Amino acid sequence: MAYINVEDLVLEFSKYDENGKPLEPKRALDGVSLSIEKGSFTAIVGMNGSGKSTLAKCLNGLLLPTAGTVTVNGMDTKDGGHIWDIRSNIGMVFQNPDNQLVSSIVEDDVAFGPENLGVEPPEIRKRVDEALKKVDMYDHKDKAAHMLSGGQKQRIAIAGAVAMKPSCIVFDEPTAMLDPAGRSKVMDIIEELNKEGITVVLITHFMEEAAEADRILVMQDGRIIGDKTPRELFADEKYIHEAGLELPPVIELRDMLGMDKKILSAEELAANI
Amino acid sequence: MTIEVKDLKYIYSPDMPGETTALDGVSFDVTEPSIIGIIGHTGSGKSTLLQHLNGLIKPTSGEIYIDGECITDEKKNLTDVRRKIGLVFQYPEHQLFEETVAKDVAFGPKNLGLEEEDIDRRVRRALYMVGLDYDEVADVSSFELSGGMKRRAAIAGVIAMEPAILMLDEPMAGLDPQAHRDMLALIKKVQRDMKLIILIVSHNMADVAELSDRVLVMSKGRIIMDDGPHEIFKRYDELSAMGLSVPPAAEIAQKISKKVKGFESNPLSIRELADDIEEFRRTKR
Repeated sequence: MAYINVEDLVLEFSKYDENGKPLEPKRALDGVSLSIEKGSFTAIVGMNGSGKSTLAKCLNGLLLPTAGTVTVNGMDTKDGGHIWDIRSNIGMVFQNPDNQLVSSIVEDDVAFGPENLGVEPPEIRKRVDEALKKVDMYDHKDKAAHMLSGGQKQRIAIAGAVAMKPSCIVFDEPTAMLDPAGRSKVMDIIEELNKEGITVVLITHFMEEAAEADRILVMQDGRIIGDKTPRELFADEKYIHEAGLELPPVIELRDMLGMDKKILSAEELAANI
Repeated sequence: MTIEVKDLKYIYSPDMPGETTALDGVSFDVTEPSIIGIIGHTGSGKSTLLQHLNGLIKPTSGEIYIDGECITDEKKNLTDVRRKIGLVFQYPEHQLFEETVAKDVAFGPKNLGLEEEDIDRRVRRALYMVGLDYDEVADVSSFELSGGMKRRAAIAGVIAMEPAILMLDEPMAGLDPQAHRDMLALIKKVQRDMKLIILIVSHNMADVAELSDRVLVMSKGRIIMDDGPHEIFKRYDELSAMGLSVPPAAEIAQKISKKVKGFESNPLSIRELADDIEEFRRTKR
């Protein structure tokens, strides 16, 4: 059985009019099924409002299914007895770094998660140091979190997730608010974590980031309409446009030059000039 | 409409332990309607500069003239200036609050004390400018709109003030590819039709390259480059040393020229790069 299993997942948000009378609910996920293997790197792409973030929040039980099931390592998110196990297994990193930091000092912030798991103090110290080194922020451990740049704050948020020793981290547009240097650093860290065995789910609008994954899921109107490898997805220009996506720049160039659809990188492209 | 910025300095918490020079002698002029991209890494002073331009912050020293009028004068009433200069913050859709889209867009003009008729005209025009259909969205709650439409509604609220200068802070951040393309087209259209000066702050170099007539590069509170986009993005090494990047087309061109002897290209867009590669293949044959 796969690490994460999602079966016929439906998620509806209740809606009410001004007088509190219930209206027809809004269906954000409309029958999603997928499984994610341990250690894999999955990207989820799709237009704003297609259900990506809602799906992400279902994976660790922040949202519970209206119908269907989500299981993590065999545990059902609807089973209240397992919810803390599930949440310590699946870490989350969101778009806006300012909304995720809870303490004023960097190392306190990273310690927040393991503290709440009831980890022993010496072990917390060890985990915090390791996590900060992993995101290359160890030298900033005594600094005030609000003095950091957006990219540095986002790395602290990642360290906070890493310190909980999760087997999977879900990243919801982690680079959308970062400058170019911050973006590439965060992507390097995500790839590194995946190489070390952490299962990664990455939601993004940047196709060049999605291209780093083993597998790309395409969402539209609350459904998964595509499940492909980057090579398959970026070979199909028509499909990309229909799904409201865009090609990564290298692929766009490849197609303008009418080159082989197998080409994915600038280096491969250069070899064909 | 013109902008003149003269030797602008701004120091946060002066004489305090956290004293920081955010702007350190910034000068530039804009004399005609155009789109000006402002780039620089986090903390370089871009947002502080925008906040000075519409009078949200007073400089420690230096002057700003809008249409020849000094807005940094202590005695100056800034209400008129703020009307001429629209500032669209990052994620402006978070600031939508009215019950319907039309009411939200009308909020600014209403505060100007305009007649109902005039307000209605401005709301219709602003929604038209951002590509939203008045009949379709006017009575809808802004929270029902998609992400891209919400952002356009928020920008309409600023356009309804009929500014002569429009400042946009990261207008494309977080939009999906389609909404992103729509936003680029919208900014160009608004600039052309309303003959505005538009200042855009963005980390997305492809967008800055595509939109800008001129690019200002900021670092440590100063403007260190001020030139056309082609000239700016040629300086690949200097930009990367500052933690900035170049548009993806220019980056790909760099990688290709490392592998392919004799190939040189300085493109702003993938189209330009493709043309250069085809030209190169032709001459090689």
